[in-house]
Amino acid sequence: MIEQGQGFLRQSGRRFLRHRLAAAGLVILAVMSLLTLLAPQIAPFDPREQIISERLQGPSLTHLLGTDQFGRDILSRILYGGRVSMVVGFISVAVGLFFGGALGVIAGYFKPVDNLIMRLMDILLSFPAILLAIAVMTILGPGLVNVMIAVGVRSIPAYARVVRSTVLSIKELPYCEASVAMGASSLRTIATGILPNSFPPVLVYTTLQIGNAILLGAVLSYLGLGVQPPVPEWGAMVNEGRSWLQSAPLIATFPGLAIFLVVVAFNLIGDGLRDSLDVRLKEVR
Amino acid sequence: MSPYVARRLWATIPVLLGVSILVFSIVHLIPGDPALILAGMEASEVQVAKVRQELSLDRPLYVQYFSYVSRALKGDLGRSIHSRQPVWQAIKEHFPATLELTVASLLLAGLVGIIVGVTSAVKQYSLFDHLTMLGALAGISMPIFWIGILLMWFFSLYLEWLPTGGRDGPLWTLVGLRSLVLPALTLAGISVAMIARLTRSTMLEVLRQDYITTARAKGLSEQLVIFGHALGNALIPVVTYVGLQFGVLLGGAVVTEQIFSWPGMGRLVVDAISSRDYPVIQGCILFFAVLFVIINLIVDLLYGLLDPRIRYD
Repeated sequence: MIEQGQGFLRQSGRRFLRHRLAAAGLVILAVMSLLTLLAPQIAPFDPREQIISERLQGPSLTHLLGTDQFGRDILSRILYGGRVSMVVGFISVAVGLFFGGALGVIAGYFKPVDNLIMRLMDILLSFPAILLAIAVMTILGPGLVNVMIAVGVRSIPAYARVVRSTVLSIKELPYCEASVAMGASSLRTIATGILPNSFPPVLVYTTLQIGNAILLGAVLSYLGLGVQPPVPEWGAMVNEGRSWLQSAPLIATFPGLAIFLVVVAFNLIGDGLRDSLDVRLKEVR
Repeated sequence: MSPYVARRLWATIPVLLGVSILVFSIVHLIPGDPALILAGMEASEVQVAKVRQELSLDRPLYVQYFSYVSRALKGDLGRSIHSRQPVWQAIKEHFPATLELTVASLLLAGLVGIIVGVTSAVKQYSLFDHLTMLGALAGISMPIFWIGILLMWFFSLYLEWLPTGGRDGPLWTLVGLRSLVLPALTLAGISVAMIARLTRSTMLEVLRQDYITTARAKGLSEQLVIFGHALGNALIPVVTYVGLQFGVLLGGAVVTEQIFSWPGMGRLVVDAISSRDYPVIQGCILFFAVLFVIINLIVDLLYGLLDPRIRYD
């Protein structure tokens, strides 16, 4: 079985690397991640440094992407802002995966609590994504950590649904039934039989979800509910640039382009993983 | 009433109950005195005491909840802290603009998405298919506010064809229609991409079915096979999805209205957040959530009507 598992992973890996669009996504993500990780080393200016005499400049050799209304270097702010947006994406998805995944496993494996948990998840899903995030932000107030919690809470019910449906199908398989028949505890069956095999759909969903989380985090910052100025964040940068659209449209264009590139990279990788792992996800609102 | 409809209606009740509990909890989860939060930070002690008494905030939590629900059912969602206008009145004033924007976007997204999706499926692996599917992927990856800003820059500021924002008049007037174009295009953008992708995949699935092979083997024209046999079945999940998009678009309207200063519910709620007008925030979130649940219920019932298998599931 282990050999079969390794063969499946090797085959899937090969299929994934042959997927041209997924490979493109991987390259885009690698470049963007590297640039944001190395921001302190490669950013030409301090992202908060205001040089009023150089405000609203177009791209030049000194400021490759120009400057904003306070004379801050847009490239430096995008590089640093990427760290915030990426962290929001990863941490909020981790929150959703941890809590939603646990609830999904419990609902899928233990029938008596299935209905209760899934009806609770239905309640969370009955709010439009942005409205639920706004409700959470209203309670918690603005700030980076609160954005991650708000976006994470929104992904809990979606994860619970994905994991539950995977667990339901896996627990009916002969090897799981055999494990139970041999007297293995529920915890052992879940840990050794169910969780490793629910990995492919969860991985695909997580990849797609990170892109969505980055988008939602950026929306909250755009609306002024998320990360507060002068901290550079892509959504907030687009919002600031909106007031200067007539005279300096590039202030809002570049951070938006950065969000688009990262999200499209995650979507390409997610699509590639879905094709190579042969996973079909049910649409989750 | 069929058992399916009864079952579906029954399932909605606990969801509505949960939604009301969550929305009611918002004010209680914010650190501080709920009476002061609902009366406003500048309210006098007398005003705070009045709010506390009116909303039963000095009584046990479950009494407060039942009082909240019974008032909400009568259309009493409290008063705005700043304008003193009843929240329900504010919702009634702002909702038509949101509905107009959402319906226009939904029609646009449904029409364009289905046409693009069907054409892509019929011309699978053609240049059109590759380009539109790449476009759809780009569409679902773009932040909605960025699409809006780019459209505003190009059509309003650069070409000067359309207004930058506001709702200049009713939909049936030329100025009204002109002011709706950019917000509707922005809001429809993501849904077009999603609907096109779904239509293409369901259409491809149907085109691989045995009955389609039989239809082709009988010598029917390709047009009759596609429009007479395949399209109807392929569109069942798509129509449901388009219906569900109505709720999603209502959420998206919050951002779109902010970009284009569209005087709808989205602006109402975002303005309320910036001025910490909690009764308005609470009322708007409750209204949106209940509407979302009702729309999902209607779509589920329609799905059962379109596809009898669902009713017996």
